[in-house]
Parts: sequence; C-alpha cells; structure tokens
Amino acid sequence: MSDADLIALTAAEAAHQISIGALSPQELFSAYRARAAADELNCFTWVAPANESAPAGSESGGGRGSIGAAAEAGLELRDTPLAGVPLAVKDLFCTEGVPSQSGSRILEGYEPPYTATAVARLQSAGASLLGKTNQDEFAMGSSNENSAYGPVLNPWDRTRVPGGSSGGSAAAVAAGLAPWALGTDTGGSIRQPAALCGIVGMKPTYGAVSRYGMIAFASSLDQAGPLTRDVTDAALLLRHMVGRDPCDATSLQLPAEIELPNAELLDGIRIGVPAELTGGPGEGGGGDSEGGGIEAGVLEAFRAALTQAEGLGAQIVQDVCLPHAPHALSAYYVLAPAEASSNLARFDGVRYGLRSVDPTHPQDLLDMYERTRHDGFGAEVKRRIMLGTYALSAGYYEAYYGRAQRVRTKIAEDFARAFARVDFIVTPTAPSVAFGLGEKTGDPLQMYLNDYCTVPMSLAGIPAISIPCGLHEGLPVGLQLAGPAFSENELLDAAYVLELALAFDGSPARV
Amino acid sequence: MSELEPVIGLEIHVQLKTRTKMFCGCELSFGELPNTRTCPVCLGLPGALPVANAQAIHLGLTIGLALGSQIAPRSVFHRKNYFYPDLPKGYQISQYDEPLCSGGSLGEVRIHRVHLEEDAAKLIHVGESGRIHGSQESVVDFNRGGTPLAEIVTEPDLRSAEQAGEWLRLLRTTLRQLGVSDVNMEEGSLRCDANISLRPAGVQELGTKTELKNMNSFRFIERGIKAEIARQEKILTGGGHVEQETLHYDPTTRSADGAAGAITSLRSKEEAHDYRYFPEPDLLPVRIDEQMLTRARKGLGELPTDRAQRFERELGLTADSAWLLAFRGELGDYFEAALAAKTELAPPAQALANWIATELVARLPEGEDPAISRVPPAALAALVGLVSAKRISIGAGRQVLDRLVNEGGDPQLIVQAEGLEAIGDSDELAGIVAAALQANPDAAERVREGNAKAIGPIVGQVMRETKGRADGGEVTRLVHEQLGV
Repeated sequence: MSDADLIALTAAEAAHQISIGALSPQELFSAYRARAAADELNCFTWVAPANESAPAGSESGGGRGSIGAAAEAGLELRDTPLAGVPLAVKDLFCTEGVPSQSGSRILEGYEPPYTATAVARLQSAGASLLGKTNQDEFAMGSSNENSAYGPVLNPWDRTRVPGGSSGGSAAAVAAGLAPWALGTDTGGSIRQPAALCGIVGMKPTYGAVSRYGMIAFASSLDQAGPLTRDVTDAALLLRHMVGRDPCDATSLQLPAEIELPNAELLDGIRIGVPAELTGGPGEGGGGDSEGGGIEAGVLEAFRAALTQAEGLGAQIVQDVCLPHAPHALSAYYVLAPAEASSNLARFDGVRYGLRSVDPTHPQDLLDMYERTRHDGFGAEVKRRIMLGTYALSAGYYEAYYGRAQRVRTKIAEDFARAFARVDFIVTPTAPSVAFGLGEKTGDPLQMYLNDYCTVPMSLAGIPAISIPCGLHEGLPVGLQLAGPAFSENELLDAAYVLELALAFDGSPARV
Repeated sequence: MSELEPVIGLEIHVQLKTRTKMFCGCELSFGELPNTRTCPVCLGLPGALPVANAQAIHLGLTIGLALGSQIAPRSVFHRKNYFYPDLPKGYQISQYDEPLCSGGSLGEVRIHRVHLEEDAAKLIHVGESGRIHGSQESVVDFNRGGTPLAEIVTEPDLRSAEQAGEWLRLLRTTLRQLGVSDVNMEEGSLRCDANISLRPAGVQELGTKTELKNMNSFRFIERGIKAEIARQEKILTGGGHVEQETLHYDPTTRSADGAAGAITSLRSKEEAHDYRYFPEPDLLPVRIDEQMLTRARKGLGELPTDRAQRFERELGLTADSAWLLAFRGELGDYFEAALAAKTELAPPAQALANWIATELVARLPEGEDPAISRVPPAALAALVGLVSAKRISIGAGRQVLDRLVNEGGDPQLIVQAEGLEAIGDSDELAGIVAAALQANPDAAERVREGNAKAIGPIVGQVMRETKGRADGGEVTRLVHEQLGV
C-alpha cells in the first residue's frame, strides 16, 4: 500500500486491514512514525524512536513504551482489537520511561516510572505508542499557545491556532500525522480543538475513564477521551479505555460496553437547542458572554446541520432551557483553578523535574520553592494558581468556592430537567472557527470564552461529542452533542448518523 | 490576682496498625532501608491518585465506638494545603468539618472528634541544628509517608500536667487493647500535642492558648506541659498577655532561667498557615453502613472502662483496684481466672484484687503477665482463701507466696509442710503474749499509758516466737486484754 493509501485509512479501517492480513502493523507504524518525525506543526513533544518502533515480533522490549503490552504478552498484534494501530498520546499522560511533562518546563526531563491506566489499557488492546503530543501547559488553555514546547499550528491554516488544550493531539490527527490520539478534557480541551481542527473529539461521562496517571489539572473535571477522524474511530478507541480502575476511586463501570455505531436514522430522537448556548453576537443582552456571542458563520453551519438532523427524523426542540449555563464559565474559573492550585503544589523542586536554586543560598528552602516555581511555570499557570489560591483562602472560601459549587449543582439540575424532555442537547462546540496565533493571548477573558459552550457539560459531568459540521471561511466548524450520564452509545450512534449525512471532508488538512 | 487554673486539651496522633498505607498499597515500614516502601502514590508523583484504605476506616470506627463517639454515616476527606519537603503532594489528605467520629469520652475527659489522615514522610537534617533551618542538607525518607493516622482531639477538660499524663496512659491502654495501634511513643506510633491556657480559677471563659508540640515521651509530656504552664503563669502574673502561637518543646536544652526543657516558638498567629481546606476531589465521601458498624462493634470486646465499672458494680471492688485491674488487662484476666477457680475457701474479690495488685505484682519482674508466672490463678485464689479465713496469717501468706513465685506448688501443702497454720489455740497464743509482755516491761507500760505505737516491739516478739503464724489483730487484742486497756 502506498503511504497516501495508508494515511487515507481511518484507524478502524487500518485495524481491519491488519486483522485480515492485508497490511502489516510495522508498515503502518513506520509510515506514521516517519510523518510524525517530519512534523512541521509542532504537534509532537516526543516521537517513538525508529529503531524501537517495530510494533510486533520485535525483540526489543517495551521499555520506551512504544511496544504495546499485548506484544510483550506474546500476542500477535494483528489478533488484538486495536491491531497495533499507532496512537498519539497527550503529553500529560504518564508513560513509563517516556518524557511526560504536561507541556511544562517544571517537569523538564521527567520520565515517569509508570504508565497511566488509560494508556496501559489501550496498549493491552494492541495500540502502539507513536508519540506524545503538545498541549497547553497543565491543560490550561484553549489555543495551545501556553506550552513550554511552543505553539501548535492548525493544519487548515498555519497562521491559526489548533485550539487547546489537546491541540497537539487534534492537529496531529487532522494533519494525518497520527491515525488517532488520546486527549483530556477539563472544560472543553478535547471538544474545542477537535472542532477547530475538523475532527471528532469526545469527552465521556466523568469517571468512565480512569484518571490514574493523568497529570492532574482539575481533578473533579478532568476526563480522558478520544480525538479521531470519525465517530467510529472514537467509539473503537473509547471502548478500550473505559472501565472501573481500582487505582482511581472516582472511576466507574459503564452500564454497557461501548459499541461501534451503526444507526442509520435519528427517528424519534429529540434534540434540544438551548438558547443560552446558541446565541449570536450581541444576543442575550449581556454582552459577549451572554448567549455565547457565537460567530454568525459558525451559527450558519450549525443551523444547517440541525436542518439535516431534522431531515434524518430528529425532532428539534427549540425551547429547552439551561438557565444557569451562562454562569458556568464563572463557576468553572473558580473551581478549576482552586483544584489546580492544590494539584500543582507537588511541583516544588524537591523530588523531580526542575529545581532552581540561588547559588549563593543553595540551602534556602523557601527561595528554592519560589525560584523553581517562578522558572518552571508559565504565565497562565501562575495566573490560575493565584486565582485558585485566593478562592480557597480563609474568609473567601464561601464567597467563591462554596458559591461556585452551588452553581455547579444548579447546572447539573438544569441538564437533568432538560434531559427529561429531550434525548440530547446540541450547541456549536466553539463560538468561533480557529483564530489567529497571538490573537487572544493578551486577553485571558476572551480566551476563556472559547469554552463557553463546553464548560457546562464538564461541570455536569455528562458526555459530549464534537463532530465537524461544515466550514466557515474555509475553516472547520464543530457541532457539540451532549447526553445524560452514561449515554455514550446513544451519543455515538446519533453523531454517527449526522456524520454520514454531513459528509465533512477533512482531507484538505492532511499534509 | 486570683489563683490561675491550667486548662489543657490534647491532640493525639495514633499510627494505625494496618498492613498497608492510608491511600496506597505500600506496606507499612518498620525500620526498612529509607525509601524502600514507596510507590507513585505515596511519593506524590504526577498523575498518581489516592484510594482510601478500608482497614484504616475500620480501625477509625473501632476507636470511635470505643470512645462512645457519634459515627458520621457520611464523612469527607479534605486537602490540607501547605508546602514542606516531607509532604510530597503539597497537601495532606485529612478530614476537616465532616470527620468520621464526633464526641464521646474516655474517663473524665470528653472527646471532641476522631478523624483519619495520612502521616508525613520523615525528614533527616544533616548538620548541627538538627532542624531544617541551618542544616547543611536535609534528606527525606518516604517510608513513613502515607501511614494511616487517627487524630484524636479532646475537649479542654484536663487541669494539670500529671492528669494529662495519666489520662494519656489510659488512652494508650485502651488503644492497645483495641489492637488498633502499637501506641509506642518512642517509636512515634503515639504522638501528642497539647493546647494549654490559663484562666483565673472559677472563671468559665478560656484564656489564650498555645499549642505545644514535640513531646515524644510520657515524661516529656508532663515536663513540657508543666514548663509551659509555668511560662504562662509568669507572663500573666507579671501583667502580660500570652501570645497565641505554636511552640516547640526541646527536652534536651535548658531555658533561659535554667529550667529543664526549653520552649521555643515555631510560629505565631500572624504566621499561622492558611491551609485552604477543600474537599479532596480524588476521593469519594466515606459512607459507613450498618455492616461496617457491626463488624467494628464485634471486634471491640469489653473495653477497660466498661470492665472497671463492672468490677466496681458487680464485685464491689474499690475504684482504684477496679481501674488498675481493668487497665492492665492481663491483671484483670488473671483476677477473673482466680475468681473463677474452684478452691476450698473462696477468696473475697477485694482481697484477691489486693493480693494481685500489691503482693503478686511486686514479686514479678516489671510488667510481667502473672499468667506466665509459677503461680497459677487457682493457687493464688487458694492462698488468699486461707488468709481470708484466718487459717494462716498475712505474714504466713506472704511466705507461702514467696515459695510459690520461686518454686510453684500447692499453697495448702506448703502451709502444712512449713507448719504455718495460724495458732488457732487462743490459750497457747495468750501464753506467748504474756511472755512477750514480761520481756518488754517498758513498752507494756507505755501501751498501758495510751501510747498505741509502743505495741510494736511486743507484737514483733510474738511474731518471732510464732514464726509469723499468729494473726496480728488477735495479738493486739490479747495485748490490750492482758494489760487491761
């Protein structure tokens, strides 16, 4: 098979080709490894070395993580569910013996002694680690510009951002540098870059995928999920990630196994369109942050997709209310930084990663803490540590953290009420298409608004998927479909039907 | 100024005797090489997550039930945030406003709460100071990090250093009997901080308190509290006011005025940490169901306080005897076995308790369980039966016990072999008394004049003559009778 033919295959198709013996996993891995190694978009922070990358039958061990556990167990890769198909993994997943820095300088040179559960499970299912992908530092950002490794470029237009924080994963999949990728989503970090890069990204129900080995940003929100070329790939990858993990007390067993989607129609499916998250520029009366301030071109593509859905038998319900959704972003920017301020305390220079000392006072502990954290953290991370520290401080806790928790409860109740009337909620994934590099870096609040439509689902802990639904000015627009907790299979089915009808062509981004 | 009354509350940290650590699968460490009992979780590596140890929760419940606490059906772990090299995550997982157990009491001291948390790692400071400031370098041993702790907080119900020490011993015995901890202060499995304030006697309102840390033995606890009470007394009587601060007691040094054990300030109220507690998002709330409570209750057995009360109520023991036997569980067990033994003459419970607590214990090596001695409970019961029935005198009883402790044997046979039966024939004893009076005319005269103490030499001679077989009370009665007083 030619390289172009190989790259044209989705991950599921490639796995099928390998399983029937029409393609060797080594051939596929080499092709992708070469492409990842030649990456011009800065998607990768680490690429599996060529000499150790032959996934099957190789005698070299999995010490660098490139060989799946299945191969170690002596299984033929072609007989495993994921058949050795290469996988790109966001930097923040710990991978044994492979650099894992969560995009931060403070973890300079850090190679974990263990592998995250989600990655280990995928490796057991036959996935081969292709590389680690760039991200916003500690997953804090919506443009991938907050990375110690520098920004990632959007393959649709290299002057634009890929979104974030899983920007490297999204851009790599869109550009055909990886068949599929693992990302994490705290307030939209899978869905928004998927939308901006024209691919599929799914955040499962909170707890569906173990967080063990994910370098934490905000523990009560972080959730791993797939970034893939299509919905089938998302289902296949998710199928082998989920499940209760004894190492993560918040993980849970989904009531049913993840199935590959096969629905053909949306007959009888009720899809709610909440006014609060689908408003145009100036709509909603409260400035940009009310109603979403969604770009006209984005709304146009979104509404066209709804018309398609109706044509497939869906019932569009326009008067679904999420009254507290406009407050989601405010609550999120209290809760997530509060948890982050605590989660990031362990980066103190004592045990691993960067340690900065004043050569004239090498024994000064406080000075070492301050220098290490000063030198190791980027500006956005520092901003959020300060926000979170303030919100948890004595005397402010109730006014900020306590109140934000109550808003979070209200938002979850809003969704519960809505799902009594409709099967899914639909919104644009992001208020705009990919924006220019540097365009929003000077204005954190503008940057935060990128997550306006995705944060409510994160706070409610419910699953949501973003699929590409069209182009605006030549750039992809994402449509977000959210369902009640544990509705992954139904969501994937609905997204699959829509995907077929929308027939989005992602090939222009593949380099 | 009226007299000042100390008000003391204790915070006790108890290392729980689980197999593994509080939030990971590492086994607890007992002197292994440094950093050999560690994993990503207890090292606080990026991405690692805690999982609560069910056995630690069980032991926490056991303590709470033993102290009569309210058990929260739902309690929450919080993060206590602060930076220190012995705290690898930058926060300690502890409990805050929703602890596992609230209220309760032990003896006369009320319990405020009992909660679960994880221990910090061990810092070793290289250099002269022995503390982190001024040390050349510090190394961290994470073996201890993550060991399960129960923190027991009392209400401020203690009024003196001695009382605090005594109560802490009571707590230690209780915890040891529950099997929840090794409760060894020297090894750090039992640690105690004290909150101390003074107030004018009779006043309800509490004075400003200080928190005294680092008292790592019972001796130092009493000394440290005493020193702090003296320090505060001096300040208050001098018209000053006590600063709210955390203090470090160093028993190895002397304070400025030469008193043993210097007290130095660790941090003042202004420097106090803002721990920024918030619910630990990596853990679910702890839910206690009926099954867990039942299991914990089953493991309790009879608690020392309950046993002491039973000894008092059902056996009529004095409070002192009852508490001693109850809180030295092995003595209590021995006592109950002796009481149950079938002997010709049943010993009264109180007499038996006295013989165990004073005579027997004094003849055994310090702290030895009498059950492993040469004196079986039944033998002591028989002996005390003989004494109580006045078949032998107390002195003879002591002689028999000496023999029993050294050689074992049957008390009745020893009494017969040694001819130790009490002189039952009053005429024989009256003759010996008369002879003793004649031999000690001065003493006899003084007794006649009303000097009770002067009887000593007379009784002494009778005892010598009878080789201790005479009953002391009977001898005294005969002396008085013959002297006509």
